[in-house]
Amino acid sequence: MADVKLSGVHKYYGNVHAVRGIDLTIADGEFAVLVGPSGCGKSTLLRTIAGLEDPDGGAITIGGAVVNDLRPRERNIAMVFQNYALYPYLTVSENIAFGLRARKTPEIEIRKRVSEAAEMLGIGNFLQRYPRQLSGGQRQRVAIGRAIVRKADLFLFDEPLSNLDAQLRDEMRTEIKRLHHEITTTMIYVTHDQVEAMTLADRIVLLRDGKIEQQGAPLELFEQPRTGFVAGFLGSPSINLIPATLKTNGPEAAVVFQSGGELTLPSAKARPLASMDGRDILVGIRPQHFSRAGGPLRDGVVSYSATADLIQPTGTRTFTTIRIGGVDAVAELQAHDVSSHGERIDLAIDLNRVVLIDPASGLVIA
Amino acid sequence: MRIGRLPARKARILAVRYLGAGIVTLLFLFPVYWLFMISFKTPDEIYHVPPLWIPGQIQFSNYYVLFRDGDVLAILNSVIVAGVSSGVAIVLGTLCAYSLARFGTGGENLAMWIISQRMIPPIAVVFPIFLIYVYFGLVDGYFGLILLYTAFNLPYVIWMMRGYIVDVPLELEESALVDGLNRWEVIWKVVFPMVRPGLMATSVFTFVFAWNDFLFALVLTRTEVITFPVMLTHYFGGQSNFWAKIAAMSVLGTLPIFVAVSVMQRYLVRGVSLGAVKG
Repeated sequence: MADVKLSGVHKYYGNVHAVRGIDLTIADGEFAVLVGPSGCGKSTLLRTIAGLEDPDGGAITIGGAVVNDLRPRERNIAMVFQNYALYPYLTVSENIAFGLRARKTPEIEIRKRVSEAAEMLGIGNFLQRYPRQLSGGQRQRVAIGRAIVRKADLFLFDEPLSNLDAQLRDEMRTEIKRLHHEITTTMIYVTHDQVEAMTLADRIVLLRDGKIEQQGAPLELFEQPRTGFVAGFLGSPSINLIPATLKTNGPEAAVVFQSGGELTLPSAKARPLASMDGRDILVGIRPQHFSRAGGPLRDGVVSYSATADLIQPTGTRTFTTIRIGGVDAVAELQAHDVSSHGERIDLAIDLNRVVLIDPASGLVIA
Repeated sequence: MRIGRLPARKARILAVRYLGAGIVTLLFLFPVYWLFMISFKTPDEIYHVPPLWIPGQIQFSNYYVLFRDGDVLAILNSVIVAGVSSGVAIVLGTLCAYSLARFGTGGENLAMWIISQRMIPPIAVVFPIFLIYVYFGLVDGYFGLILLYTAFNLPYVIWMMRGYIVDVPLELEESALVDGLNRWEVIWKVVFPMVRPGLMATSVFTFVFAWNDFLFALVLTRTEVITFPVMLTHYFGGQSNFWAKIAAMSVLGTLPIFVAVSVMQRYLVRGVSLGAVKG
């Protein structure tokens, strides 16, 4: 068990500044997810924590001790790799025991821990098989098994589910979450998949161009993004960004779309905007904040009439493309809210949760 | 469905193919067959006109002579020289190859530079080497030949093993480093098992190179450490050739290569890295 502290960590690959001064504290027992688009430096940062890369600046502390100069094997960490990294010439049981044998653990203890891990992961029947005889999901379980028998201070996961098909990925995601509940070791998990990040994390650390864009609890990032990038990265389908101009009048404010039409903002949203009359902004509306209008409108909810263009049913929900403010936007409606292309639909937009972004700085202003 | 029967046209084509393949095989195997047969013949039978396809009886006196006169020591010398030099070349070469593959030692071009060393015509360097060996007293000894064959095999081993090592998924090594191995243990417990088929094939080639070398052995040996190819030339006389000895010695000298090739075949067909990563 250990906390992890990064202060001012930098990493260069030749001229590429991959990690640019990361300060991050991960509490003991926390499940932290490093997420971001490819090339954001998340894997590099993880590998630096593991000791597989040397930082070019800053300090890495695990369990209170600076580990910059320690080799990977001296850091008492366990790591699960994207491609499983199983030894093809060893059986499942030998693979799981590999790290324990390397550390000269007594055979009796090895056997005990291997069978415990096998039971926890449901791979007890495969112990004598070779990796090539297993499916992708089973291989990843073995890889996780190899990590948990180590009883390490810190678990690192480098995109462990990205080679699995969708259904298996959901299944393994659940298992990893359960695993964390059972063994409560500090975990750092790298992924580019925002669903994995949202569902697994105690805390999401969203990286962009080698820097932390924002960190916090999943819902905090989702509901109170600090930048347009964060708002756009989290959520599926992505948030709709519609160019508009602010129009303020005392305590009241509205957004005026460049193609005409305007939406009046609720007073809570309008208050900080008083001095910003005439500013160009991006109006961010999540697909989930559209709904089929019906009955009286709550405070801050406005009605909007649109024509359904593309209709994509998913079973439970139906994604419908509509025109708003001169751009295409996606509205996530109930399955049967809309049935045919070209249908006129009356929508309600919840502006209490709208995100207003300054297009120049990318920062969220309200 | 016509199972087991082919249309006449296809059958004819197939027959012609097999016939052609059979003729070529016979043509190539005939010298080997003839070599074996001569080694079992008596002198009378060897010079018999017309030639005898099969000796009257299988007798081993030609081999007996080689053992009695100590000529077979040449085979032993070859085994020692070729065996030790390929062993040393494999160990050193694999370590060099690891360094090139994983640490980028020497940058992009060092590997090419090393293999180009192997392309030097041996005849161009044999006399300079001879002079150096005379100076250091290395002529006509095991050490001199082993040193030379090791030096000649190293570039080949480095080049081949570098290719095999590059193909080992890096994650396997990183995982082992995290799990508690040091770099040497990683090489021994992860890289070595992964490249074993390549290692075996490469060792066979290095062994065969040293085994078959005639030029250096001829120049650098005298009486003490004569290798098998050089020994063979002693049987070609100005007046007459000792065909019986030549044949028997050649058979003995070919046997290790049979063993080597069968070993190589076993390892070449095995795709050991299957299932290492996503598959």
